[in-house]
Amino acid sequence: MDHHQSSPEVTVHHAPGGKEVVQKIIRTTVILSVITLIELALGFGMYLMPDLSSAIVLFIKGAIVILSLLKAFYIVGVFMHLGEEIKNLIMTIIVPLLLFVWFIAAFLWDGSSWRMLRNTQGKSKTEQVVNSKGVENKTPAVQH
Amino acid sequence: MAQAPAAEMETKWWSGGKSPFNVEYGKLMMWYFLMSDAFTFGAFLISYGTIRFSQNFWPDPNKVFNAFPFAGHANLPLAFVSLMTFILIVSSVTMVLAVHAGHHNDKKGVIKWMIWTIVGGIAFLACQAWEWTHLITGDHAVMINGVVEHIGTTVSKNPWGPEVAGAMHDGHHVTTTGPVAFGGYFFGITGFHGFHVLSGVVINIIMLIMTMNGVFEKRGHYLMIEKAGLYWHFVDLVWVFVFLCFYLI
Repeated sequence: MDHHQSSPEVTVHHAPGGKEVVQKIIRTTVILSVITLIELALGFGMYLMPDLSSAIVLFIKGAIVILSLLKAFYIVGVFMHLGEEIKNLIMTIIVPLLLFVWFIAAFLWDGSSWRMLRNTQGKSKTEQVVNSKGVENKTPAVQH
Repeated sequence: MAQAPAAEMETKWWSGGKSPFNVEYGKLMMWYFLMSDAFTFGAFLISYGTIRFSQNFWPDPNKVFNAFPFAGHANLPLAFVSLMTFILIVSSVTMVLAVHAGHHNDKKGVIKWMIWTIVGGIAFLACQAWEWTHLITGDHAVMINGVVEHIGTTVSKNPWGPEVAGAMHDGHHVTTTGPVAFGGYFFGITGFHGFHVLSGVVINIIMLIMTMNGVFEKRGHYLMIEKAGLYWHFVDLVWVFVFLCFYLI
C-alpha cells in the first residue's frame, strides 16, 4: 500500500526527502545551538557587568527576545515542517497569533502603569495593607 | 507521487471537493490545538510580565538559578538551565529524525529515534525535579520583621529580595523578602510546561509501543508519529519562551 494514497484530504503530495532532509535537520540544529549560545553569552555578559546603563540592558534584552523569536521561527518552520505546507495552512496558524502583538503591548503597559500608580499614589490606595495593629485595612482601588 | 510545485499554485483550493489546507484531518486539528495551547502559555507568561512590570524590584535570575547538581555552593549562573535547554533541543532533533524515518516507512529508524526522544524527555524532567527541589529546600537568610529567618523559595515565600545593607550571615548577604508572586509564577509556569513534557513522554511511549507492535506498518503510514512530533516540538518551542522570560531577561 502506497502511504501517500492513505488520506483523502491531501491533494498535492510531497515526496519524502532523502539525505538533503537530514542535512537540513543538522544545519538547523547547529543554528539553534549557536543562537542559544549567543543568548547565554549576552545573559552572562549582563551578569558580569552589573553597572551597564539601563538603556544598554534594555537593548541586550531586546536582542535576546529577537534571537528567541528566530529560534521559534526555525523550530516551527523546519522541525514542525510548517514551511513545507501550503500557504493556506501557514496563514491559518500565523494570522491568529498576531493577537499576541496587542496582548503583550497592552498588558505590559498595564503593568508599568500599575507600578507608576503605586509609586506616586502611595501603597495604601492600591492594595490591602496591614496596619500597625496587625488589622487588615481594606481600601478601594485608586480612581481616576 | 511527486508533483511539480506548480500543481500547488494552480490548484483552486477553495473551489470545494478537497481540503483547502492539504493536510490530514488529525494533523490540522493538532495544529489548531497547539495554537490554542500557545495562547494558554502566552496568557500565563504575559500575566507574569504584567506583575513583573508592576514591581519596583524583581529577583535577578543569575542569582536565583546559579546551582548545579554535585557542584556544592559553586556560583554557576545559567549553567544548569543551559543544560536543560540543550537536552530539549536535542530531543527535538531526535524527534524530527523519527518523523523523517517514518516518511520512509523505516520501522527500525522510528524505534531508535523515538527511544532517544523519550530518554531526552525523561532527562529533562529529572533536571526539573532537581531544580525545584533545590529551590524549595535551599534555605537563605532573610530579614523578616527585624529577625533573620531561613526560608526557601515556594509559592508563598521568596527569599530573593534586595540585600540588607551591611547584614551578613555565614558569609552571605542577608536579604529582605522579594515579591511573593515570583515563586507562584515560576512553579506555576514551569510546572505547566513540565506537565506538557510529561504528557509528551507518555504519548511518545505509546507511539513507540504501537510502532514496535507494527500498528503503523500495517496502516501503511507513520502519520501518528508526525502528530506526536508536532506536539513534542511545541513543548520545545514553549521552553524557548519560558527560558527567555524566567532565566535570560
